[in-house]
Amino acid sequence: MNQQIKNSTEQVPSEVMSPSSDMETFIKVINFNFFYGKKQTLFNINFAIPTKHVTSFIGPSGSGKSTLLRNFNRMNELLPGVRHEGDIAIDGKSIFDASIEIIALRRRIGMVFQKSNPFPRSIYENVVFPLRIMGRNKRSLLNETVERSLRSVALWDEVKDRLHENALGLSGGQMQRLCIARAISSQPEILLMDEPCSALDPIATAKIEELIVELKKEFTIVIVTHSMQQASRVSDLTAFFNFGKLIEFDHTHRIFTAPIEKQTEDYITGRFG
Amino acid sequence: MRPNSNTAVHFFLNHEKKTSLFRLWSNQFLTVLCVLFSLFTLVPLFSLLYLLIKKGLPLLHFSVFTKLPPPPGLHGGGFGNAIVGTITMVGIATLLSAPLGILGAIYISEYAPHSSLTATVRFIAKLLTGIPSIICGAFAFALVVLHTGEFSALAGGVALSILMLPTILLTSEQALIGVPSSYRDASYGLGATPFQTIWCIVLPEALPAMMMGMMLAVARAAGETAPVLFTALFSQQWASSIMEPTASLSVLIYNFSALPYHYQVQMAWTASLVLVAMVTGINILAQLLFRRKFQ
Repeated sequence: MNQQIKNSTEQVPSEVMSPSSDMETFIKVINFNFFYGKKQTLFNINFAIPTKHVTSFIGPSGSGKSTLLRNFNRMNELLPGVRHEGDIAIDGKSIFDASIEIIALRRRIGMVFQKSNPFPRSIYENVVFPLRIMGRNKRSLLNETVERSLRSVALWDEVKDRLHENALGLSGGQMQRLCIARAISSQPEILLMDEPCSALDPIATAKIEELIVELKKEFTIVIVTHSMQQASRVSDLTAFFNFGKLIEFDHTHRIFTAPIEKQTEDYITGRFG
Repeated sequence: MRPNSNTAVHFFLNHEKKTSLFRLWSNQFLTVLCVLFSLFTLVPLFSLLYLLIKKGLPLLHFSVFTKLPPPPGLHGGGFGNAIVGTITMVGIATLLSAPLGILGAIYISEYAPHSSLTATVRFIAKLLTGIPSIICGAFAFALVVLHTGEFSALAGGVALSILMLPTILLTSEQALIGVPSSYRDASYGLGATPFQTIWCIVLPEALPAMMMGMMLAVARAAGETAPVLFTALFSQQWASSIMEPTASLSVLIYNFSALPYHYQVQMAWTASLVLVAMVTGINILAQLLFRRKFQ
């Protein structure tokens, strides 16, 4: 079951990419290379992320984990001079296929950023923004969505009396939960989280972590984190990146108790980074 | 070793005392100097205002806003047509330059921030801000007056719009750059199109700063003489269309101050006071309306 990902250029057989055959693959990364201008930041990444599980990306700063995450919804294409080789498939279909509309792709994938970024408008309008941009403005649908989304991030009871107040008046942890509510309000299939707790205190972090475990019933979640405790608490699978390479990918408990690669062991035991 | 280290400590303390005293005094001295020089910069401004009020106030009546300028040598009248002319020309200039400047800024900061066209537009806009205003007048003269065969408010408006365009473009661009990129990330990440992101998220955030930049450009254009001097010329009458010579406050001041009649020179002072009051009014209004919102 435990595989190492070799840094070879030839196609890796599909069965070695997933740590477990009983998990259904949802996101598949195939021979993926990524470049900022001339600088290559990802090297021949091959692996498969299973559906409705939490997969965490760990590794030192600059190891390429955020870059890979931002490729899943093609957010990197907002930057100038980026280029990729290889492929990423979601639900069996290449996201780089000419028939894929980038807007439609992003609507299937919710994203939560490192720094919470609610729009400077009401809590209500923040949650319904994804629906509004799809042209769905029916009041009953919007109301229903706001309650459902805020309930699933455990924010409803805290804000139900002030839905029409400015979202910037919330606390840091509440704002981040609001951003998660906004990301899931249009019911995407995947939730990408880029260090969602790095700016939060331990109590707010604990709430978000509980939430992640809860949300995996509905969504395929990929989370980038610098906290190894967090990875071990919330994720089913863990991928360790270093210098733009995927070093090891396995069940979380195995990564943290019996890593195969020396680099992984050194990192999780704090001997470098 | 002990006595040695003691003397060393002693020396060190003494030395420290001297330098800290020196620092204290030089700090105080330089602070006083800064305050003095800041007060100094206010002297020209306040002496100007004092002179304007002293010389302009005697003739300031309600009738100066409603009556026509007196013929040379005669008393009475006002400069109502010049006030209307200035407002008309600045209005035309704003209508011409604001859409162009704002849409241009949206293009260069949102749609193509890294293209070479953007770099060129930004560079040329910066060059344009340094162009002497009389050149704008000459250009509008060649572009409008020579073709229509008539000095007009339209020509004056075109001249002022050339003056306003780079200011509006550059301040609007700054306003857009000032919108945190995390808003754009959030919007694009949720699947918004560039159009939705710009019009629903970025523009509402940038609008107060953009409006402020526009009003500052308006205030500057209202006070310009050279661009309207030989495009709109001047008129003793109320303008009946934008296609005829039109009076403006700045040209009235220019004309009347050169006349050998005391009354006309006095009226030029009054017109100056009104012009400065208008420009200051616009500035203060811009600050009040838009400053708080984007801080």
